[in-house]
Amino acid sequence: MKIFGSEITPYKKYLTRRQFIQSSIATSIATTLPSNLYAAHEKQNNQYSDQLSQNDSLNTYEEITTYNNFYEFGTGKSDPSNFSNKFKPRPWSISVEGLVTKPGMIDLEDLISNFTIEDRVYRLRCVEAWSMVIPWQGFPLKDLIKKVEPLSDAKYIEFETVYRPEEMPGQKRKIISFYVPWPYTEGLRLDEGLHPLTILSTGLFGHDLLNQNGAPLRLVVPWKYGFKSIKSIVAIRFLKEQPKTSWSLINPSEYAFYSNVNPNVDHPRWTQATERRIGEFLRRPTLMFNGYEEEVSYLYKNMDLTKHY
Amino acid sequence: MILSTKIVKRSKPVILLLLLLPSMLWSTMFVQGNLGINPIEKLMDELGQMALRLIILTLIISSLSQYEFLRSLQNIRRMIGLTAFYYVVCHFLTYIALDHFFNWKFIVKDIVKRPFITFGFINFILFLPLVLTSTNAIVKKITFKIWKKIHYLIYLIAPLAVLHFYLLTKADKTEPLIYLGIILLLLLWRFYYKILRK
Repeated sequence: MKIFGSEITPYKKYLTRRQFIQSSIATSIATTLPSNLYAAHEKQNNQYSDQLSQNDSLNTYEEITTYNNFYEFGTGKSDPSNFSNKFKPRPWSISVEGLVTKPGMIDLEDLISNFTIEDRVYRLRCVEAWSMVIPWQGFPLKDLIKKVEPLSDAKYIEFETVYRPEEMPGQKRKIISFYVPWPYTEGLRLDEGLHPLTILSTGLFGHDLLNQNGAPLRLVVPWKYGFKSIKSIVAIRFLKEQPKTSWSLINPSEYAFYSNVNPNVDHPRWTQATERRIGEFLRRPTLMFNGYEEEVSYLYKNMDLTKHY
Repeated sequence: MILSTKIVKRSKPVILLLLLLPSMLWSTMFVQGNLGINPIEKLMDELGQMALRLIILTLIISSLSQYEFLRSLQNIRRMIGLTAFYYVVCHFLTYIALDHFFNWKFIVKDIVKRPFITFGFINFILFLPLVLTSTNAIVKKITFKIWKKIHYLIYLIAPLAVLHFYLLTKADKTEPLIYLGIILLLLLWRFYYKILRK
């Protein structure tokens, strides 16, 4: 099990005195509220504690599996858990296409048996300014990339979610936007996909992924806003040009290709400077690259992040 | 059949209770921890949507009370308008006290920078003259003519409230568009009625 530098380094002391006073008042308010409203999440004595950074505690299985954005099942936060029971995540295969030496269909079971499944505890920061800490299981995307051998021309990876309107009620109409068709697509630069933090997840909390969390296979890119971590993947395409992604087509001024978590670049709809960690009363300051700056900032060394947001 | 003023006036306490009931229900659920995984967001959404529905309800009542046999409905319009404002205040207080915990610097910046919050705030301000001129004594003092002019602001408040909702909706804008449709229909109805009468 790998422990990342940032997970051990003590979290920056960000509370000024004023904020400290404010937070102690808030804590006293929060603790007078019943425990099921603002539960102190399990921090110690769980099998994932060695991967938890000091200021984080795991969100509960209930929180992670009933508060979701997965518009294929509806736009409400509880729609994915309520309306995904028809979805059949097995059997499943993934089509590898584009600029690779070994394109073709890969059966999910073959894929999983080929790679070592690891535990990865990551913060997930949604562009809507809420966040969670989730214990994923999965394997590094780079393992798959290396296996299919991209050609030297390949610079980008495009991912595609399954299209099954019969099983996914949200796909029966153009729910995300009347001018952007299903299926949902996302993309990464090849070097982002090769980064050791980027994983393809098959489970969380030691269970197979539930339908609402993107069963049976989803991307997890912890330093980017949650919508980049595309769910229920059926196709992975290696491309020369940067692919058009669903959200950047829907609203290019709000969602760009990179969409790295960045408290300094404002979003017209939500502040990105702070976030509500699900289960907490006070908002937290949002960290650059969602707290993974040390590991990933080299990927964007000479880029103007206010332009390439 | 005419809906008598007496009946409408008598049922006012019951109607008021019914109008306030959702807010009591949601705050109880909030304190008990039964408002879902992100209770602050949920509370704020419910209160805001209720405010919007009540604003539209006042417009519906205005339109209906143009008919002779429903004229008595005018007697509850003020109460509904004031309850709409009550929900606006609860919605705004949830944002200030629960969502941002009195972080004033942040809140001011948020109001200025984010169009949907700007419109929400403008709407709150626009509501004030309506609330402040809602007693009989004041209507007398400023004359009904002026009162009426002030209260035309509702025609600005209602679409702005929908705009506030529309802008915060990330995808699937059906719901705010339904509200907009209802408001436009009510306006058309009123316009049509006025021309027909002339």
